[in-house]
Amino acid sequence: MSNQEKHWEKSRGLLMITLAIWFVFSIGIFLFGAEMNEVTGPFGYPWTYWFTCQGSLGAFVILIFWFANRQEKIDEEFGFSEREDE
Amino acid sequence: MKSTNFIDNLPRVYGIYTGGFIGFIIIMAIAEQMGMSAKAIGIAFVAFTVFIYALIGWLSRTAQADAYYVAGRQVPTVFNGMATAADWMSGASFVAMAGGIYFKGYGYMALLVGWTGGYVLVASLLAPYLRKFGCYTVPDFIGTRYGGNLARFSAVVVLTVASFTYVTAQINATGTIASVALDIPFQYAVYIGLISILLCSMLGGMRGVTWTQVAQYIVLIIAYLLPVFWISNKMGAGFFPHFMLADEVARIGELESQFGFVKNSAADLATVPKGLAGITKAHSAVNATPWAFISLALAMMMGTASLPHVMMRYFTTPSVKAARKSVGWSLFFIFLLYSSAPMLATLSKLSLIDPTLSTGIIGKSVSEVQAIDWYQNWNSANLMFISDFNGNGTVELNEFFMGGKAVVLATPEIAGLPYVISGLVAAGGMAAAMSTADGLILAIANAISHDVYYKIIDPKAETAKRLVVARVLLVVIGFAGATIAAMEIQGILGSVIWAFDFAMSGLFFPLVLGVWWKRANRQGAIAGMLGGLAAGTWYLVWVRTGGSGFLGITQLTFGIFGSAVSLVAMVVVSLMTQEPDKATQKMVDEVRVPSGKTILGKQ
Repeated sequence: MSNQEKHWEKSRGLLMITLAIWFVFSIGIFLFGAEMNEVTGPFGYPWTYWFTCQGSLGAFVILIFWFANRQEKIDEEFGFSEREDE
Repeated sequence: MKSTNFIDNLPRVYGIYTGGFIGFIIIMAIAEQMGMSAKAIGIAFVAFTVFIYALIGWLSRTAQADAYYVAGRQVPTVFNGMATAADWMSGASFVAMAGGIYFKGYGYMALLVGWTGGYVLVASLLAPYLRKFGCYTVPDFIGTRYGGNLARFSAVVVLTVASFTYVTAQINATGTIASVALDIPFQYAVYIGLISILLCSMLGGMRGVTWTQVAQYIVLIIAYLLPVFWISNKMGAGFFPHFMLADEVARIGELESQFGFVKNSAADLATVPKGLAGITKAHSAVNATPWAFISLALAMMMGTASLPHVMMRYFTTPSVKAARKSVGWSLFFIFLLYSSAPMLATLSKLSLIDPTLSTGIIGKSVSEVQAIDWYQNWNSANLMFISDFNGNGTVELNEFFMGGKAVVLATPEIAGLPYVISGLVAAGGMAAAMSTADGLILAIANAISHDVYYKIIDPKAETAKRLVVARVLLVVIGFAGATIAAMEIQGILGSVIWAFDFAMSGLFFPLVLGVWWKRANRQGAIAGMLGGLAAGTWYLVWVRTGGSGFLGITQLTFGIFGSAVSLVAMVVVSLMTQEPDKATQKMVDEVRVPSGKTILGKQ
């Protein structure tokens, strides 16, 4: 397998993990919205309510930065990162 | 605004700008104490900020294609994040979102999740790859990846349908705010709004829009957060509302069960002015089925990843790496406003309905409420209404009606904040609507000038001529949008949501599969774009004309149907026709690695 194929395989793996986490926070937890809202969560808000106003939104912000860093590492590992002067 | 020196100085330039703007707010506050009229303050806020944007637009003027289309590809990560956030947060986010949450509660908050979660798709599936491609516009990517004028033209069609639906709503919003702040009729205010919008983009294209959008973000975020924090402190709800409103949320739930949601008769509701609504849904309880919530969030997320005016912001970063990070910053800046909207809705609702608070009106006598100053103001602006349906002389929860915009626009006044805050909020709403309108008009005009005129009609055209065409189109599209906006056919929020559905119907899968599926070919992409757009449009028309719909897909989520058709059409047609040639496959390979030259090189 060529260097580029390996790079792409790893990138695809990272995408799958990223999309899986994205799925949990955007769709997964809201399948149980009614049940989860009965429980008190962070700062005393009901869990589901907290996720819709802060939790999921914040998770997406962190997820994107995490993804960007991981992808940069993968690019470096296979020598595909951009030169700094660009 | 040309040298790299300017780029290095950005933090200082915008630091001074922010300081200057805060200074302006303080001067206005002092002027108010000295007796400046509310009307004069409103005019000063809108005129001052619009003047600054126009000045930035003029300073950013350019005669180079690279600067006009992609801001010279040198916008730093964080600043591009701010510009994208302003580009993204429209009049609907700023003026209507807190109102939507106020009235609809949980079901509506799917939009918060959808309009942020979509950025994960942007960052992981598309933005870095399109940046590597080195295109000027989104149809530029489609046209080069799949080849052929028909594919390029189909992308322009989808882009125009989606963006134009969106832009009329934004021009409408600038008109509404200009008409209130400057006290002139809406029909004229729309054109004042339009001219302000064009001043930012006409001379400098993407470069002008970028630097005005950063300035607009700073105005809109101050204008949104300052009142939220102020009201929260004034009510004693907590100095940092986001972490401290749990008691208030619980108290609203308590009051709701105490009052109950009394259903008004149709005859009673007919007397309520159009566009106003009462509180009929629980504030924090889950009041929508999982599918209703998830389908709306999903449609907005996929729409986010397909809207060209957002995608093209990531063409302006210096590198692929910067494009990825920039998406993260965009979402961070959006998060600041979106996480505050539910807090504003909570504070606004509690201050109105809690009888133990001095601002509460539920339980007071009708005549007493009708004598309140702010009630009279907003009642005459057709944004508030009280009617004693049951004739008992006191205001009940089901007898108080408000327009969605009033939550953002009127809450500062209800909470007893000085008028300077209301002027600030008007300037913020104007900034939000203008920045989005600029991004959208530019996306349409650039697609037509670059992809239709330059790439299809006259590939030999000189840069100067191309830029003249681009600017003429900008003005024409702006006026077309303003003319439709002046007719006031549709509400702000509904048409914004439709724009997302149109975009995802036609563009989501052709864009994503262009990067992630090498086998996708021209025939498949054309079938996907046109089939998806046609299917989505058909579904919308069908539901609007009395169709029952299926699978719980409504007129707000028709993009789910459109994009499903698009996916199937694209895969089936691609597999039935020849696979893309070697050169195209090699191009896809190159897109997938950040290093090396962009695909299109320097055009």
